[in-house]
Amino acid sequence: MSTFSLFDIAGPIMVGPSSSHTAGAAKIGQFARAIFDATPTKVHFLLHGSFGEVYKGHATDRALLGGVMKFAPNDARIKTAFELAREKGLDYVFEPGNLGAQHHPNTVRITLECEDRKMEIIGSSIGGGNIVMTQINGFDVHLTGNSAEQYFTLVVENENRPGMLAKVTGFLGDKDIRIVNMQSCYLAFENKVLSVLSIETPLTLTDLLDLEKVEGILFARSLSKIAA
Amino acid sequence: MFHNGKELLQRCEENSMPIWDVMLHYEMQMSPRSKEEIWKMLDERLQVMFDSVDSAIQNPELSPSGMVGKSTPLLAAAVRDYKKMEKELLLNEACIRAMLGAVATGENNARMGVILAFPTAGAAGVLPGVIYGAKHKLDLTRDQMVQMMLTASAIGIVIANTATLSGAAGGCQAEVGSATAMAAAALTEVRGKSPETTLHAAALALKNMIGLACDPIGGLVEVPCIKRNGIGAVFAMSASDMAYLGVESFVPFDEVVRAMREVGDLMSPKIRETALGGLAMTPTGQAVAERMGLLHIGENPCSK
Repeated sequence: MSTFSLFDIAGPIMVGPSSSHTAGAAKIGQFARAIFDATPTKVHFLLHGSFGEVYKGHATDRALLGGVMKFAPNDARIKTAFELAREKGLDYVFEPGNLGAQHHPNTVRITLECEDRKMEIIGSSIGGGNIVMTQINGFDVHLTGNSAEQYFTLVVENENRPGMLAKVTGFLGDKDIRIVNMQSCYLAFENKVLSVLSIETPLTLTDLLDLEKVEGILFARSLSKIAA
Repeated sequence: MFHNGKELLQRCEENSMPIWDVMLHYEMQMSPRSKEEIWKMLDERLQVMFDSVDSAIQNPELSPSGMVGKSTPLLAAAVRDYKKMEKELLLNEACIRAMLGAVATGENNARMGVILAFPTAGAAGVLPGVIYGAKHKLDLTRDQMVQMMLTASAIGIVIANTATLSGAAGGCQAEVGSATAMAAAALTEVRGKSPETTLHAAALALKNMIGLACDPIGGLVEVPCIKRNGIGAVFAMSASDMAYLGVESFVPFDEVVRAMREVGDLMSPKIRETALGGLAMTPTGQAVAERMGLLHIGENPCSK
């Protein structure tokens, strides 16, 4: 029997209309942007399955694009994502397509580009605002997330050497922040390790910057509101 | 901890607590958050509900499909001019306000406003509807409204444990049906009734919704969802008044929830959010789906 929290029932706070097609889509966009770790100038969305069929009616397109601009699923700016992307000079294309039967029907392949880099990321919205990132640059990964803001999501990338995760968890421990969930995957093509952590209290911007200063940490990004 | 209605009543009895307080202690046990932190998070969510209602009233707008967005101004006008219209209208001011709160939330969701999914996006109107509706009539304080959210969540947890809150899994009885049960309980407990009476209100409300199909046009959370939330909020008030007057549900709450699950299992997938049956397949529904390019939604097994 799963144990529901109060905030599983009274939540999440989200931009409508759909938890899987809007809130989950924004979260996938946020993940992709965090993993890309640069400001994209071009983004292409290949919408697979149900995402490709119904994306207009459920505003999946605005939510994905908003996520790529770092908007959380409860950020009202998602509604005007197209206009804001044009203001920022971010070129975007949406294209329905087929990624193959192995993918969940609510799946998108996001290709992000800036001057000196390009990255392909695949993610699926698996229901109720829950998402899973399944591929980065062709390599299989399994990183899950949720569009609810009950916990705070931290994405950390570090060099592939011993003791790095201990440094991350130790840093959070020193700040008296509890970790609810943590997943890591090895990115063979870059010889780096990517981790996603759900934490109970938000980090401040100063904390995030301090974490990035730890030797071997390449970047630390919060996908949730940071603390004041 | 509690998993069902019976255990919930036991926890109330053992600790001499109302349901909302048992729910608060359950959450304090589940997470290391303090009472104050939990209360603050609920208060923020209460504000999201009010802001969502106000936003649709102040800035009404059609949804992209054009199907919804016109009802909020009509209901808002009736609330504004209630004194003038009192003789013509059948429902009292609290009920009209409840319909407004629920419909405004749904119309705000459809036009991509910020909402609180409570318990889901599709059924997000009922709870803000009854809180908004009863606020003046019962002279509710902010803390009492947070207590209502706690009472409602306890009922929601029992339903989620035993059945489901998802329209794709259990039809609309699991979404708007569950929300009316949650709302009926919240309205009953905040008026000082016992945990037993509160569960009777939830049972009366849920029984009224058993069998309800999830058949949205084009798979969009618009028709019939939004107005169904509005009428659902008034159902919740009826169930609460019945329980308040001492009417009991002949079938206990836990058994009603199990029956709801069984009916959900018996439902064809065509009426579980796939837009392949019911209102979605009416000529009117099909015309909208065709115009929006949403005709094939149901063919994909996972689009539900």
